[in-house]
Amino acid sequence: MNAREKILNAIAANQPEAVPLPVIDKDTVISYNDVGMQFNTMLESIGGKAVCIQDLQVLKESVNADKATGKFIVNTIEALGEVDEYVSSLSAAQLEKLEKAYIKGTVGVAENGAVWIYESQMLNRLVPFICQHLVLVIDKKDIVPTMHHAYAKIDTAQEGFGVFIAGPSKTADIEQSLVIGAHGARSATVYIIE
Amino acid sequence: MRVGLFIPCYIDQFYPQVAIATLQLLEKLGCNVSFPLQQTCCGQPMANSGFAGLSKGCDKNFVKNFSGFDYVVAPSGSCVLHIKEHLEDQGHPKEAERIRNNVYELTEFLTDILKVQHINASFPHSVGFHNSCHGQRGLHLSSMTETMLPAFSKPEQLLNMVKGIQLSNPERRDECCGFGGTFCVFEEAVSVKMGKDRIKEHEVNAVEYITGGDVSCLMHLEGILKRKGSSVKTIHIAEILNSEL
Amino acid sequence: MAKHAALSEKFIADEPRTDWHDETLWFVRQKRDKAAHGLPGWEQLRELASQIKNHTLSNLEKYLRQFEQQAKANGITVHWAADGDEHNKIIHDIIRKHNIEKIVKSKSMLTEECHLNEYLLHQGIEVVDTDLGERIVQFRKEPPSHIVLPAIHLKKQDVSETFHKYLQTEKGNNDPQYLTEAARQHLRDKFIQSELAITGVNFAVAETGGFVVCTNEGNADMGAHTAAVHIACMGFEKIIPKAEHLAVFLRLLARSATGQAITTYSSHFLKARRGQEMHIVIVDNGRSKQLGRKDFRNSLKCIRCAACFNTCPVYRRSGGHSYHTAVAGPLGSIINPNMDMKANADLPFASTLCGSCSNVCPVKIDIHEQLWKWRQVVVAEGYVDASKKTGMRGMAYILAKPGMYRFAGKMGRWVMRTFPFMINNKLNAWYKQREMPEVPKQSFRDWYLKNRGK
Repeated sequence: MNAREKILNAIAANQPEAVPLPVIDKDTVISYNDVGMQFNTMLESIGGKAVCIQDLQVLKESVNADKATGKFIVNTIEALGEVDEYVSSLSAAQLEKLEKAYIKGTVGVAENGAVWIYESQMLNRLVPFICQHLVLVIDKKDIVPTMHHAYAKIDTAQEGFGVFIAGPSKTADIEQSLVIGAHGARSATVYIIE
Repeated sequence: MRVGLFIPCYIDQFYPQVAIATLQLLEKLGCNVSFPLQQTCCGQPMANSGFAGLSKGCDKNFVKNFSGFDYVVAPSGSCVLHIKEHLEDQGHPKEAERIRNNVYELTEFLTDILKVQHINASFPHSVGFHNSCHGQRGLHLSSMTETMLPAFSKPEQLLNMVKGIQLSNPERRDECCGFGGTFCVFEEAVSVKMGKDRIKEHEVNAVEYITGGDVSCLMHLEGILKRKGSSVKTIHIAEILNSEL
Repeated sequence: MAKHAALSEKFIADEPRTDWHDETLWFVRQKRDKAAHGLPGWEQLRELASQIKNHTLSNLEKYLRQFEQQAKANGITVHWAADGDEHNKIIHDIIRKHNIEKIVKSKSMLTEECHLNEYLLHQGIEVVDTDLGERIVQFRKEPPSHIVLPAIHLKKQDVSETFHKYLQTEKGNNDPQYLTEAARQHLRDKFIQSELAITGVNFAVAETGGFVVCTNEGNADMGAHTAAVHIACMGFEKIIPKAEHLAVFLRLLARSATGQAITTYSSHFLKARRGQEMHIVIVDNGRSKQLGRKDFRNSLKCIRCAACFNTCPVYRRSGGHSYHTAVAGPLGSIINPNMDMKANADLPFASTLCGSCSNVCPVKIDIHEQLWKWRQVVVAEGYVDASKKTGMRGMAYILAKPGMYRFAGKMGRWVMRTFPFMINNKLNAWYKQREMPEVPKQSFRDWYLKNRGK
């Protein structure tokens, strides 16, 4: 008998009598008066930065200004100008000098400041992690109160990869001292389009 | 109301004053109390050491002594919890069940059954309260800092009725003192360190006494206090509630 | 092998350091409290998580089959390993097949449990741990002392010395920011060159065949999205039925672990990226046996948040290494006896049974009750000192007989009153750092007969 059969048989023999699966009633969990404000507060508390904007003009200017510095900047958002499609085939070595990436998020979560990004939105799975600075863009209407609401809005089986990102990369592995910028982005800014 | 007084073995042998205070307090509050003379021990020392199988004799003796009372009351959360969770007597299963349901730790008996609103006691001293784990987390004598539920404390509710008392809590109000039954000798180093740390927090509050509902915890803390020559004393909650001017 | 009591005595010998360890972990517990207080419905959420896990355990076979089928449909190769050795061999085979030399690994307690690094090292293969804490202890050739904070037993001076030796950082520069930056640069190189990334799995979703990996540093993603091969290793209890259940567990996990509302990265892997190969190794290693132990099976509900470590007054004062196993703390003490009862017979006794662990557990494992039950099993199976057994037998004999008890009590009190040196000696563990209680002239029973006797 191979390991698979052995394990599954042992589990079948040993698992307890069936108990029912509880129902999650997401309407009974907390709701915030102002999910936008809660999102901002949470994000700032974890070292991120929230910027509310009325239209995309300021962002477009920001992308242009960044690109003008000659640094390696990646824009993946069509509404902000030319999309840097070529990054989808870049290797880690080629992305190593990535300074900043602009990525559109699908959902923002008020209770924890996280933003959901699909693989298609980041073009290359490495981009949001390997960049020094991460800029995420979400629509205010896409901010939901809790993770329960977030999972109702996304489909984790839709693409090969997706991620909730909450603020910049961090660690407290040395004496519990918080240090921002462990392996991933050193800063995370979320632009919220009103 | 017929109350059977259950006095844990180490209280009987080493801290009779706690048992006397408990008896007098219950009598003052109008209970008809008797102390079954053939009682010994609840069996916890064996059971907590992994020898629950050896506590059958204790169980049987316990049921023999405490059958027929309306309530069984003891000045120890730990021993009461053990009875509540583990008392079995195959010869007398009904009686064992009755006792499991009717056994009370002293302070919960006062607040929940006697519904004491007023105690004629006076103890004009600075007193630090020690939450004993089995009373607190086992019998739910007070709320616990780990859970997100409304705060309450049955023993503190009673202590606050005592005239002149200045009650304080250590910074970590429900951390274990490290007694832990046979843990106190088999894990001596950690046990003593835990006790020292509890004492340190009480000392910050300049207490004269440390009180609590379990003599076992207090005996452990007392041993450490005496070794370091501290002036802080330990006293069981029954002694404070029974104290008069 | 030295046991918990002896190892912790050694740890406590440095009292200021013990205090620091205790306070640092207590601080983490306080952060957890704050996060839990900040979330209305915390207790309901724990209950929900507990019920989902109970349901999952009771349908485990079905969900594992479903997960395997979905994962395969997503193009992932699924392997099964009955024990740690099989797990290590599966990984070794993949390494050999691709002729891989550069391997990075993010935190996976399962690979610690299976001693993967040592196994591969024996084959001449080096694995680079990329979690900062794990890299620190790897340099020092120590095991992690905590499942979430692997280097929590070390002070920044220790880390500075280690990094000076291995990463040529400035001698005496203890600034965590500086040291972390050095590790970032060092590990970036490792990531960029990596050919194989090994990660753990926090949650595997039966319905989708996907799995979730949570980190704050981003190290799992840096490796997994770079390397041509990604192997994710999971104990079979990581399974949950549906994606919507992730909401429950992700809300609880980081809040319980570090007091964060969520980890920085919660990465959802479903398929390999173009040109990449993805493997999942599903490991038993004693878990199916534990599933069959009625009293202990719900230890398999654990989501490895380590809240029980941080709250445990014994763990905080004895350090993770005193538990001499990959998973320390209260949780380790209820899972390790199942794996090797003889070697771990001491662990269920490394607790005062205070119950704080069960209260903080986000999936409501009755940890302290299982510790009590393990004590019974350990004794019943004979893994206890003969002297302890004899002592307990004698005690039980006396306590079951009221006459004997009173006689022994009188003797005991008489002995202690008359010849204190007979008790107060070095062999008495109580007396080493504590005075004996003062001995009264009479027992309560004596008093009662005198004062209330008819």
